[in-house]
Amino acid sequence: MKTVEELDRIRKQAQAMTRLREGKETTRIVVGMGTCGIAAGARETLSAIMDELAKRNIQDVVVTQTGCVGLCEQEPIVDVIRPGSARVTYGKVTKEKARQIVANHIVNGQVVGEWVIASA
Amino acid sequence: MRELSLHILDIVQNSIAAGARTVDVAISEDEAADLLTIEVADDGAGIPRDILESVLDPFYTSRTTRKVGLGLPLFREAARAAGGDLSIESVPGRGTTVRATFRMSHIDRAPLGDMAETLALLVVCNPDVRFRYMHWRGHAAFSLDSDEFRRGLGDDIAPTNPALAGVLRDVIREGLAPVQRA
Repeated sequence: MKTVEELDRIRKQAQAMTRLREGKETTRIVVGMGTCGIAAGARETLSAIMDELAKRNIQDVVVTQTGCVGLCEQEPIVDVIRPGSARVTYGKVTKEKARQIVANHIVNGQVVGEWVIASA
Repeated sequence: MRELSLHILDIVQNSIAAGARTVDVAISEDEAADLLTIEVADDGAGIPRDILESVLDPFYTSRTTRKVGLGLPLFREAARAAGGDLSIESVPGRGTTVRATFRMSHIDRAPLGDMAETLALLVVCNPDVRFRYMHWRGHAAFSLDSDEFRRGLGDDIAPTNPALAGVLRDVIREGLAPVQRA
């Protein structure tokens, strides 16, 4: 069965990853999932982030969701929180931008400055 | 919102914000009665009686960051536009149930859309919440229990592993294919 094979593949990667990353803090990505976020396309954005992480075999990033933060016009909003770094907030994150953020910020550690709306 | 599955994603956020441990989503496609019913039931904090009347008012919200609360009013409008309606029952300390009905054949009924995507993302992003999904159409049915899925992962795969979103979405899509028509 395809699903079982797929889960086996993920399990093997997870085991290898755990040995490599033991003791390290994880990066978090938070996607705004209020009514405003969802209406602006946050489900597609979130799905693109999951897919891009999966494609790159990145298993130690936790993706969560949050409600509306009052910046509805900037939705979909995505926060990237790397251990030891300031929180970076991106606005108007389409699925294409989401994939770029994973590649530049998560993989290469380069903040995509032009899409940042807040940093703290 | 173009799909009812996006409204469901939105309404479930209310359950999560209310501290629900279990969220039950039930969808019934009754073709004979031309009736689509969507129910979201949680065991969260519940809504006090005096506030329950206000939650369908778009200019009411329990939040302080903004002055409107559009999730439930928009879902009700989607139901009413399709010859249905929305009702809420809530018991403080016990939980809340939101039920929306639609005339299936109504020209203004939005498609149910990608329930697999909605469910998969909810399950992977909220590892502490149990999601149970039931979908009926006549004798065809599909059900999913996030706890069973998580148990199947064992100790090696974290329930938040991003790769699970795609796997779970495909599992649900495959299971729903013979059931979902709406």
